[in-house]
Amino acid sequence: MSRQSNRTTDSKKMNSELFTLTYGALVTQLCKDYENDEEVNKQLDKMGYNIGVRLIEDFLARSSVGRCHDFRETADVIAKVAFKMYLGVTPSVTNWSPAGDEFSLILESNPLVDFVELPDNHNNLVYSNLLCGALRGALEMVQMAVDVRFAQDTLRGDSVTEIRMKFIKRIEENLPAGDE
Amino acid sequence: MTVHNLYIFDRNGTCLHYSEWNRKKQAGISKEEEFKLMYGMLFSIRSFVSKMSPLDMKDGFVSFQTSRYKLHYYETPTGIKIIMNTDLGVPNCRDILHQIYSTLYVEYIIKNPLCVLGDTLQSELFNSRLDSFVRALPFFSARAA
Repeated sequence: MSRQSNRTTDSKKMNSELFTLTYGALVTQLCKDYENDEEVNKQLDKMGYNIGVRLIEDFLARSSVGRCHDFRETADVIAKVAFKMYLGVTPSVTNWSPAGDEFSLILESNPLVDFVELPDNHNNLVYSNLLCGALRGALEMVQMAVDVRFAQDTLRGDSVTEIRMKFIKRIEENLPAGDE
Repeated sequence: MTVHNLYIFDRNGTCLHYSEWNRKKQAGISKEEEFKLMYGMLFSIRSFVSKMSPLDMKDGFVSFQTSRYKLHYYETPTGIKIIMNTDLGVPNCRDILHQIYSTLYVEYIIKNPLCVLGDTLQSELFNSRLDSFVRALPFFSARAA
């Protein structure tokens, strides 16, 4: 990388329109490169995952958040700290399942979709699917396997954007094989 | 006061980085064996400490000392473990180890797309920054060597 300044951990200002448009260009290019929307969704998820596994380290370095004790705390941290830090929005956490292993993040506004309209021939495209991958990747690094998907999307005519997250299991740390 | 050496392990037990400053006695085994031994011991201490703690664990395992040296331990929720051995006069190093994580590891390794995660760190920039960071610590003194 060329830019390796010795900056401190304060967050840098960045033009949100440039960010939105860059993301748009990325999705557009993926739509050109892949035949169908499912494949594009998959690629976005994969990119998001790769972002997430690194982003979590940055998140931990910048915030003073320690390990969460339960999934509710995790949900709060994601909504109030992480989304605020990286997207500048604070989704609300609702629709808890009775077992407490599933919840929804409701985004009043999604910065990724400003200026975006889905063309008719892309009905199955989950435009912001990168977010799902990023959440999944980040949580996997802190020993949580989760399932993340879009339940509602303003691009498809819903009134809000809803990301549904389901806790699957804790990933246990094991001693590497070959040790006595 | 002085710093002897520093290890960084990832969650799988791979030793990502090792460097030493004033280490006068070697373990007498290969580095690989040494890393394995170190990681295995930490793994056991960690589980021992969390099982045997009579109170709710907060920071977990922070350090231990023998009659000659002190081992400082820091672990992130993602399982990155930073271990620094110093002599006995050095106070709690949690903040310093966190700083190594946040201003060096995250900045120069995580944010460098060329650094493959989970591999031994090859970044010379990281190595030199870490070296100067440790040498600049108030309790780092080459005189003790």
